Amino acid sequence: MKKKVSKPTSPATRLPKCPTGIQGLDEITSGGLPRGRPTLVCGGAGCGKTLLAAEFLVRGAVQFDEPGVLMAFEETEKELTANVASLGFDLAGLIRRKKIVVDYVHVERSEVQESGEYDLEGLFIRLGHAIDFIGAKRVVLDTLEVLFASLPNEAILRAELRRLFRWLKEKGVTAVITAERGRESLTRHGLEEYVSDCVILLDHRVNDQIATRHLRVVKYRGSLHGTNEFPFLIAEDGISVLPITSLALNHKVSAGRIATGIHRLDAMLGGRGFFRGSSILITGTSGTGKTIIASNFAQAACRRGERVLFFSFEESPNQIIRNMHSIGLRLEPLVKKDLLRFHSARPSLYGLEMHLATMFREIATFKPHVVIIDPITSLMDAGTDSETKGMVTRLIDYLKAGQVTSLFTSLTLGGHALAQSESAMSSLMDAWILLQDFEGNGERNRVLYVLKARGMAHSNQIREFLISDWGIDLVDAYIGVSGVLTGSARVAQGALEKAAVLATQQEAAQLKREVERKRKALDRQISDLRSDYEGEALELRRIAEQVGTRTLVLGTERAASGLLRQADTKLAAITRNTHRNGKVS
Amino acid sequence: MKIKTVKPPMSANGNASSLAGVVVRRTVKRAKVRAPRFVAKLWQLRLYVTDSTPKSLTAFSNLKKLCESQLKGCYRITVIDLLKQPQLAKGDQILAVPTVVRKLPKPVRTIIGNLSDIERVLVGLDLRAAD
Repeated sequence: MKKKVSKPTSPATRLPKCPTGIQGLDEITSGGLPRGRPTLVCGGAGCGKTLLAAEFLVRGAVQFDEPGVLMAFEETEKELTANVASLGFDLAGLIRRKKIVVDYVHVERSEVQESGEYDLEGLFIRLGHAIDFIGAKRVVLDTLEVLFASLPNEAILRAELRRLFRWLKEKGVTAVITAERGRESLTRHGLEEYVSDCVILLDHRVNDQIATRHLRVVKYRGSLHGTNEFPFLIAEDGISVLPITSLALNHKVSAGRIATGIHRLDAMLGGRGFFRGSSILITGTSGTGKTIIASNFAQAACRRGERVLFFSFEESPNQIIRNMHSIGLRLEPLVKKDLLRFHSARPSLYGLEMHLATMFREIATFKPHVVIIDPITSLMDAGTDSETKGMVTRLIDYLKAGQVTSLFTSLTLGGHALAQSESAMSSLMDAWILLQDFEGNGERNRVLYVLKARGMAHSNQIREFLISDWGIDLVDAYIGVSGVLTGSARVAQGALEKAAVLATQQEAAQLKREVERKRKALDRQISDLRSDYEGEALELRRIAEQVGTRTLVLGTERAASGLLRQADTKLAAITRNTHRNGKVS
Repeated sequence: MKIKTVKPPMSANGNASSLAGVVVRRTVKRAKVRAPRFVAKLWQLRLYVTDSTPKSLTAFSNLKKLCESQLKGCYRITVIDLLKQPQLAKGDQILAVPTVVRKLPKPVRTIIGNLSDIERVLVGLDLRAAD
């Protein structure tokens, strides 16, 4: 980058730039400060002017092999060394190695009497001597405006300052001049009228009791630059400007999947869990079990031997460990094995940018496979919505670049979770699980949906989410004519159904018995009828016999009488035979 | 920091052609001098200049005139050319040129300018109370 910037292909068309080495600033200024020209850094008290200037110098000396001179008007060499040591800069060592010269300029107005004409040649000589002494390429004047208080004659001072900036340009050094912010102008003493190549404005604003620093490139002659206000932070390793706009969407993606630690949830996510390196959002109202899902996920990752970094903004590590123990999750051994690391901080402890910096540092040192942020909404209190979104974007980008899976929980405050502000954030997320409370029958029950899961087939079903002493379980919620039933209603409905089935069974058995009884009755009737019939048939035969006998008798009697009368002997003989046969049978 | 003390190679009237590296030391016998009552001992003055610019020359001649009239016999002026000895500027916190620094007697006093305003020089050197 340095080469590209310091040796442009055609100097006529492109302004040579001097990389600052400050994280993010070079991206905003597309390469750095204008090389060989003075840059004005202005801002109110405590917004980091001196640190920015010092970092420019130190990084120049360390990273770009460009020695520098720091002319300090406010702080002594010792104070400066101590101050920048907090950013991890070894100023004393650099001074010893002749990479940096610090010249403390101090003029006490009360000790100085003015008499007649003078110029500031002494300043020029000192600066020139320091530059020549180490072959400096960079110069910082911090804060030049102190001279306005030290020297009574402003006319001379202004003339000399104009000469100074011209002289600096002639020297070809890249200079950073810091100045106090004025009430109506950029600087209190109008230095911007002398330094017109590049002006950077720093700002320290308090929003809802939380201070955030901002940086804006007001002017950059001959170069494109980001014109927005960028939040920046002063962390332990220097200044870090957060250029949200410079994010690139070109990270590698993994097709690997990781289990969530909840079997049924894995099943809902195409059977194999989340994608590695994806960002996961879990939203829900309070008490819906967001932290529990997060802890389960953490435990599952640790069991695979992965490192998990758990940022907690609500509970202390011990509290989480204790609470998770109650549902059978044992996190303590994982912490002892250094697979799981907690980082707890109150969201209001410091501003958003500081949180981000802390998180970056923790992530960089621990190198986790999984990062959990519980909950991300707490951080929203530390900044405005757009700031938070910017921060989350940057965080996700950073994590994705490192193939780190990130899980964010988000607390929604009543109402419909989808309608809330994190819908803006959800667009950044690859997977979104929604936890919801169902209230009814005097109880609250938890349900879970998979709202979105990019790149995988996922269940569209609602699941009831049970938390027991043995952990989490997902069960099918009862979906019937009367809607979704959960909890005891679901159990009651189940019982009701069982009873109904039982009743039907009983009814059927009863019916069967009835039919049987009827059949038996019918049989009985049939047999009765049959016996009746048989009786009658017997009677009939008996009667027929009687009739036959009577007829025979009658015939016999008639034959006998005929015989007696001697009417027909032949016929009488036949009838006699017949009578004999009938008697035999 | 050490400054070489050299015998004055110039005439007493101060028409120096070059002031660089010049040290003027004037120690006349005490008996003959009516020293101001608040001047107890030797005054050490340093005059920081750059080369022989008109401002520097004026400053030197003004300073010398003043010393002759007020501190006759008990002062020492060391002229330092910053172009030749730039490293010396840091020690006395020199920004403006010309600058006169009263090293002794304590406390250190600084006067900037070509010393054309004698009154202010006298005030600045504690030779006259400021009104």
